[in-house]
Amino acid sequence: MATEILMPALSPTMEEGTLAKWLVKEGDTVSSGDIMAEIETDKATMEFEAVDEGIVGKIVIAEGTEGVKVNDVIAILVEEGESVPEVSAASAPAAVPDAAEPQAAPAVAAAPAAPAVDTTPDWPADVEVKSTTIREALRDAMAEEMRRDEDVFLMGEEVAEYQGAYKISQGLLDEFGAKRVIDTPITEHGFAGIATGAAFGGLKPIVEFMTFNFAMQAIDHLINSAAKTLYMSGGQMGAPMVFRGPNGAAARVGAQHSQDYAAWYMQIPGLKVVMPYSAADAKGLMKTAIRDPNPVIFLENEIMYGKSFDVPVMDDFTIPFGKAKIERAGDDVTIVSFGIGMTYALAAAEKLAEEGINAEVINLRTLRPMDTETILASVRKTNRCVTVEEGWPQGSVGGYISGVIMQEAFDYLDAPVITCTGKDVPMPYAANLEKHALLTADEVVDACKKVTYR
Amino acid sequence: MPPKKAAAKPNVSAEELLGHYREMLLIRRFEEKAGQLYGMGLIGGFCHLYIGQEAVVVGLEAAADEGDKRVTSYRDHGHMLACGMDPKGIMAELTGREGGFSKGKGGSMHMFSKEKHFYGGHGIVGAQVPLGAGLAFSDKYKGNDRVTFTYFGDGAANQGQVYETYNMAQLWDLPVVFVIENNGYAMGTSVVRSTKSPSLWERGAAYGIKGEEVDGMNVLAVKEAGERAVAHCRAGKGPYILEVKTYRYRGHSMSDPAKYRTRDEVQKMRDERDPIEQVRDMLLTGKHATEDDLKAIDKEIKAIVNDAAEFSKESPEPALEELWTDIYAEEHV
Repeated sequence: MATEILMPALSPTMEEGTLAKWLVKEGDTVSSGDIMAEIETDKATMEFEAVDEGIVGKIVIAEGTEGVKVNDVIAILVEEGESVPEVSAASAPAAVPDAAEPQAAPAVAAAPAAPAVDTTPDWPADVEVKSTTIREALRDAMAEEMRRDEDVFLMGEEVAEYQGAYKISQGLLDEFGAKRVIDTPITEHGFAGIATGAAFGGLKPIVEFMTFNFAMQAIDHLINSAAKTLYMSGGQMGAPMVFRGPNGAAARVGAQHSQDYAAWYMQIPGLKVVMPYSAADAKGLMKTAIRDPNPVIFLENEIMYGKSFDVPVMDDFTIPFGKAKIERAGDDVTIVSFGIGMTYALAAAEKLAEEGINAEVINLRTLRPMDTETILASVRKTNRCVTVEEGWPQGSVGGYISGVIMQEAFDYLDAPVITCTGKDVPMPYAANLEKHALLTADEVVDACKKVTYR
Repeated sequence: MPPKKAAAKPNVSAEELLGHYREMLLIRRFEEKAGQLYGMGLIGGFCHLYIGQEAVVVGLEAAADEGDKRVTSYRDHGHMLACGMDPKGIMAELTGREGGFSKGKGGSMHMFSKEKHFYGGHGIVGAQVPLGAGLAFSDKYKGNDRVTFTYFGDGAANQGQVYETYNMAQLWDLPVVFVIENNGYAMGTSVVRSTKSPSLWERGAAYGIKGEEVDGMNVLAVKEAGERAVAHCRAGKGPYILEVKTYRYRGHSMSDPAKYRTRDEVQKMRDERDPIEQVRDMLLTGKHATEDDLKAIDKEIKAIVNDAAEFSKESPEPALEELWTDIYAEEHV
């Protein structure tokens, strides 16, 4: 009986990858544990081992093929004496990649890549744009700022030789050398403190946390050392630096690796807190963050790294802090979100539009400073507001926004503000439970219908 | 144990000894005055006095050069005085006044001076250790040969981040002198009740860091050890650890009932090992100074401290607008 070898998912968020190299050829006999191929994911090159025994009957996907979807048939194992062409033909229907498409397109992936109505342009209309992933945008922003300022350097776990655990720092070691792209031991508390001290000493560090979950080991330095020193020193010295890395739930990585820290850091005076949605946000805000003379918490998202958006082709593209972006204009309800929450917000707005409800979707981009004026102006127009975030409900960003609206625009409200959040539970591992723990676009749709009394 | 009366060393000049005497005395008198002002309610909150430990910072500052950096914990008044910060600005910070180094917004535990390369004044035990290594990192990055003195106590020596820092400081050859001010007590817990390590500096060996134990009651011994440490760092050989055995006469903070040790223990240290008395003896027995010379210095120091105290009372409280300043920098400071 022939066995189909499928493209493996080698990271929690991998949807596709490059089949870099075959280490077996047709006709070879393999047994369980033999390395069959090298597969490049969004993060790393991994060796792929055979699970079953057999003879490599056919290599379906040639080496060097990019964009091979997870679960596509990449090779077929046959038994002794089994004829290959026959097996190949028999399995052909299953190998059609499109067959798996409908299920493989959850709400997150369905988020519109094209921006909706943009009332406050971040760049002039005549500027050329280029489709760029958030991963590339972040790397480009760091590289541009490192070229511009010798005092900027990057440190963190696996940022240099490994090229970044999530490949954000790809190429930076080659360009800037080991002095400015520094691999650290696994020692968050220590290197966050060293970086903060280096900032006191006049440098402008970028600290990568492999994920923000690990920054809890270092949070004393982020808050007590970096955020408060300017104030404690009467303005004599501060910490011009960026703490960055993926934040929030990835996929199937369980409770300790799936948490949104936006609300935590947003509370701290002395910190600036950024959570970009698009690649343009990521680039423009990262450049601003590196130049800012204060400590900046820059919350990225693993699931978003591979998403592409238009980024303007400009010598020096920056986005100021404290300026929200209206991603989609509407009159019926205001949806406020940030970061990956925008994917739910925009997907919900699409669905609502089909039902004749025009939502205005605000992308906050920075949580501290927060552009509450844009929120309030919108709420004064729509008289309704729904906030959207992946974090937990108690002490949420939406809870704060709701408070601001109540205090500043109470008379304009025609319905209570609804805060759509992640469920109030540690992140479960089981696929079905995890799906329920996360926010969905449908929940946002329901909330919008509730506040519009539909 | 060193001899009760240390003999004057021939290679130490009268001028140098007098300088040490003056600086240590300034710290002692300043701290005594701070204790008084605290008792009068002019200083609030936490106030950790340095009395007894004066030889540590004075000896190490004598080994430092212009541009070298220093960072320490919340028991920081002595470090600031020793690096040349104005006693008026320090005392006014203790009283929370506009004329303080942090405009009254930092307090006893949080003072800084960019001019004197003093980087605080940190209240979280052990947190200043990676910060100090980071300051050293900045100098190495810039390619100069400056050294950072990173002070911490025997209590902080049990914090994990100290060892994370040792590892990276040695890995990257950072020019940092780790100064463990071992005064025997982490708040109320004596060293023997917090660790079975026979010595704290030897823990550096696990990371390949050289170090030594120093008699912290003898300012000349501290200075000599400091010079060895600084030479090591300036030569690009990486960090160095000095475990300076010292003693705090006063409580951990002003509110310390000091039930964890006997009065006799404190008195014995004062009588036999006092760092200021040791230098005084050297000056007198070596005929470097007369009783009258020293009295003149005492008088001069007293005047400086009284002026500082007066300033700290007269300086106004910070304007209410200060509540809202220095939260964010508009430009790089």
